[in-house]
Amino acid sequence: MTDEEQNIVSVEDLTLRFGERTLWEKLSFELGSGEFLAILGPNGTGKTSLLRILLGILEPNSGRVVVRGRPARCCAAIGYIPQQRVFDRDVSLRARDLVRLGLDGHQWGVSVLSRTKRERIDRALAEVGASDFAEAAIGRLSGGEQQRLRVAQALVSDPAVLLADEPLLSLDLSYQRVITDLIDAHRRRFGTPVLFVTHDINPILPIVDRVLYLAPGRWAIGSADEVLNSETLSSLYETEVDVLRVRGRVIVVGTPEDHNTHHVHEHRQAHY
Amino acid sequence: MLTQLLAQHFVHTALLAGAVVAVICGAIGIFVVTRGASFAVHAISELGFTGAAAALVAGIDPVIGMIGGSLSVGLALGFLSLRGRERDSAIGAVLAFGLGVGVLLLSLYQGYATEATNLLFGSIVGVSDNQLRSLAIVALVVGGGLAIAYRPLLFSSVDPEVAESRGVPLRALSILIFLLIALTTAEAIQVVGVLLVLTLVITPAAAAQRLTGSPGVAMLLSIGIALVSTEGGILLALEKPWPTSFFIATISFAAYLIARVIDATRPTVARASGRSTVSAAETPPAAGLSQD
Repeated sequence: MTDEEQNIVSVEDLTLRFGERTLWEKLSFELGSGEFLAILGPNGTGKTSLLRILLGILEPNSGRVVVRGRPARCCAAIGYIPQQRVFDRDVSLRARDLVRLGLDGHQWGVSVLSRTKRERIDRALAEVGASDFAEAAIGRLSGGEQQRLRVAQALVSDPAVLLADEPLLSLDLSYQRVITDLIDAHRRRFGTPVLFVTHDINPILPIVDRVLYLAPGRWAIGSADEVLNSETLSSLYETEVDVLRVRGRVIVVGTPEDHNTHHVHEHRQAHY
Repeated sequence: MLTQLLAQHFVHTALLAGAVVAVICGAIGIFVVTRGASFAVHAISELGFTGAAAALVAGIDPVIGMIGGSLSVGLALGFLSLRGRERDSAIGAVLAFGLGVGVLLLSLYQGYATEATNLLFGSIVGVSDNQLRSLAIVALVVGGGLAIAYRPLLFSSVDPEVAESRGVPLRALSILIFLLIALTTAEAIQVVGVLLVLTLVITPAAAAQRLTGSPGVAMLLSIGIALVSTEGGILLALEKPWPTSFFIATISFAAYLIARVIDATRPTVARASGRSTVSAAETPPAAGLSQD
């Protein structure tokens, strides 16, 4: 009984197939209050699909997801931070409008902004340090500022769970730090569990509680040390994989796709 | 001369019809521009022309054919809900074929060529009381649809991924907005004609977006620019015997140019501190890790 109270999210025996291909079978884990789970793995192993199942947008072939004692149902109790995608320069939307959409953008009909709602929006903007540019047009803010607002947009509805899908992609290093710090501070303060999909564990390594590693047809879950070692990854991939620790960074060498090594990430940085 | 004309009933009808059409064109234009659907609007209006030509050949009211043509293209585009380049080329292919069929239908049509000219270039001063009534009814439908679906439409237009995560039905809204665009286009054709629909649907919204970051203010500005263009165009055409559509297009384009100049010469206040560095001060004190 106490277990169920403490577990805010429980993922029970999820199986997902696309045609003949089984992405995972009987995937199960629980998340307690404030727990930070990193989801790693090469492309095509269903990282984003797992988030979509949690959001209630995608139906698994079997199994279920329970959030706060109830089956996951679209989409009230979940905050979602997507990949940074730059807004058009000319779009008529202020920073605070983007945050407001996270609060009531799904509701039909005409409504005036109530005082309570305005206060919640102001609080979310302040929490991510965006009060100074709250009135600015979103398309004229930098990518990092826009992503900061996406965090506020996800937090404004007081979600029971926070899902983040590669939120650091294409951000420079200092802003990667800002965004991870914001998410980390929020989950510590409010006990909101976080599922964080990433191809690069290093920027979040210091704050990760557990790692879910999805490999083609297999998965493993545990602490970073339990999962990110040569033995575990070699058995997941059924080939020899080396995990090196260099100056506190994790470097994975020898995976068939090589998508999860940090040099991919650094290569990407070179374009910006 | 002008004061005499202003007392005429047909001038009142034209001004009223122009106002009705301008309001919904200006309003929906914001969604068209935000979704990057300008080319789709062009296609919807040209295929409205094909529908009207088919109606002329069949001997029925061309307005009915036009609404039929616009709605079917609008529905198709809404269902497909394509994005980016794929949508562009699909629209181009359909548009070209539809125009080809329109040319054939016009050559089959034995009646007055003015009917066809009016469709292409607009005939606001020829609007009848009955036509005004049906324009107003369609405008109420479009305005009501926009009001009810305003927030989900805005959400799905500017931020589809997060909108979907919040349970916003993207496909249903894509169908809805294209249906409303098709109805609006069919209205605008009656004022400015097929070839100039964009001057009321795109130009005012594009100008408004340059002037404000607020979605609500942008919509009001867009409606205002569309209204001034239409009513100004009708009045100028009374004074000088040039086509109304020319004046409408010229005024809305002037508004667009002015908006661009204002935007370009405005100091970018909010950007002053943002881009260059991320200082420790920008990070809220609640953040758990130090900024070394």
